[in-house]
Amino acid sequence: MSNDAISPRGEAIVMRARPQPASALSAVATLAWRAMLKIKHVPFQLFDVTITPIMFTLLFTYMFGGALAGSPRVYIQYLLPGILVQTIIFITVYTGVGINTDIQKGLFDRFRSLPMWQPAPILGALVGDLFRYSVASLLIIVLGLGLGFRPAGGVVGVLAAFGLVLVFAFALSWIWIIFGMVVKTPESVMTTSFLFLMPLTFASNIFVGLETMPGWLRAVVRHNPVTHLANASRNLMHGASAGTDTLWVLGTSAAIVAIAGPVAMRMYRRER
Amino acid sequence: MDNAVETVGLVKVFGRTRALDGLDLAIRRGSVYGILGPNGAGKTTAMRVLTTLLRPTEGRALVLGHDVVREAAAVRRKVSLTGQYASVDEELTGHENLVLLGRLLGLSWGDARGRATELMTAFGLADAAAQQVRTYSGGMRRRIDIAGSLVTRPELLFLDEPTTGLDPRSRNQVWELVRHIAASGTTVLLTTQYLEEADRLAERLAVIDHGRVIAEGTSRDLKASIGSNALHFHLVDPAQRAAAEAVVAAVVPDGLLPQTEVASLAVKVPDAALAADLIGALARASIRIKDFSLGRPSLDDVFFALTGHAAEAKADDPASKVGP
Repeated sequence: MSNDAISPRGEAIVMRARPQPASALSAVATLAWRAMLKIKHVPFQLFDVTITPIMFTLLFTYMFGGALAGSPRVYIQYLLPGILVQTIIFITVYTGVGINTDIQKGLFDRFRSLPMWQPAPILGALVGDLFRYSVASLLIIVLGLGLGFRPAGGVVGVLAAFGLVLVFAFALSWIWIIFGMVVKTPESVMTTSFLFLMPLTFASNIFVGLETMPGWLRAVVRHNPVTHLANASRNLMHGASAGTDTLWVLGTSAAIVAIAGPVAMRMYRRER
Repeated sequence: MDNAVETVGLVKVFGRTRALDGLDLAIRRGSVYGILGPNGAGKTTAMRVLTTLLRPTEGRALVLGHDVVREAAAVRRKVSLTGQYASVDEELTGHENLVLLGRLLGLSWGDARGRATELMTAFGLADAAAQQVRTYSGGMRRRIDIAGSLVTRPELLFLDEPTTGLDPRSRNQVWELVRHIAASGTTVLLTTQYLEEADRLAERLAVIDHGRVIAEGTSRDLKASIGSNALHFHLVDPAQRAAAEAVVAAVVPDGLLPQTEVASLAVKVPDAALAADLIGALARASIRIKDFSLGRPSLDDVFFALTGHAAEAKADDPASKVGP
């Protein structure tokens, strides 16, 4: 049998004995490296998460700025921290999409049959996602500064707001991880999650204050965790006090992780 | 007890389906062992239970002496699985995929890179090392997938239908690889629905159907179990089948072995003289035959005799199927 493509020597296939498996930390770091490589090979992933926020910021600032706040420049002081929140919340869906793709492709079977710390693939993916969130945030803030956004809280305020948004995004991702494991295709992860995300982000005070809303909606918006996050992020960026809202966001995030985290890990370990 | 795999009464139920229904296996170390069965026989389920991806509903499975449920981590440390679908990241390059696995298995960055390069070369993928796996052909994917299971040495390698969907050339390459791997001392457990593959690669095999072992042994044993020699021949005109069967019944009563194709017949013949008589009788009855061969029964014959149905559906010509 001709065997031209494969080395006829068996010795490369004969291999050394197995070393100690990677530590938990090194497994997570390696899988985060994989997430970076995916961004490198498919830069469209980043394009996807950056174009939408740029479009939203420009559209909302210039279309509604005059009507809502007198001028785009005044409005962007209110809008920008909220747009940051909205953008990152939308990107969290990609965590679920990625997990779902890995499961469908059989890659998780490979991971699950490896002698590594079992949560590593999920945490590695999350670390990769944090990078994506950071890129998108940086872009929005730079764009905002160009459009006249002047955060009174300075660099520290902006970073604090960014950190808080990341915490919430990290928590929310766990919900999409569950979605990603339940739903059949990456496309349905997208569709189902958007049904949930649209009201979550729009029924908040990201775009306008509550004052002109009808009473029932005001009640909903006031209790929406996204409203607390938008408030906190706005206040932190502008150097105002944000204690209550920040605590609310941290509390909600902790609650989400405490519930969704174990459920997700249980489902991940469970057979498919 | 020095078995690589040992299962006792393994049962796996999915809803109302009993994918495994009392599977008993005893697989010695250091061999290539084949699990042969049609689609849906429970081959993949068995692999997934043995690699700790599924928990058995009932029964017990020891892999390299470790219980797959209670000592799952120990099992994972010693085995590799190449699943039925290429379980590599299509967006990464072939080389990156192997580095990723090397790192997860505990190699340093340097060793992981070196090993990846070494494997890409050994598997004939050096030219494609820097390309994303999504651009690979089916045969290349299969090879990178198997390479992924060899980044560090498993004591036991599971290959789930390693050549399904491959062209003959790629299939030969995979066979060659399996032989190299086995020669290096790794026990290989492979599933297949190709009788030829089991016959060529596996020293011993288990034929499974409906989640249960229906026959076990070397392929020679299995062939012997359904009896002596067989005369195989093809009819020029399939319409003559009934006439041909009548001639066979007259010369060798109860000798006809079930076959899947209308135009092909197999007859159990204890000796060559009887085979000659049969060919003579066919000629006298004006039944034209294209070619004939006298030999041991094929694994196809074995499978049909054991299960009463064909191992592989001949999708290209459904009309040519004959009921058992």
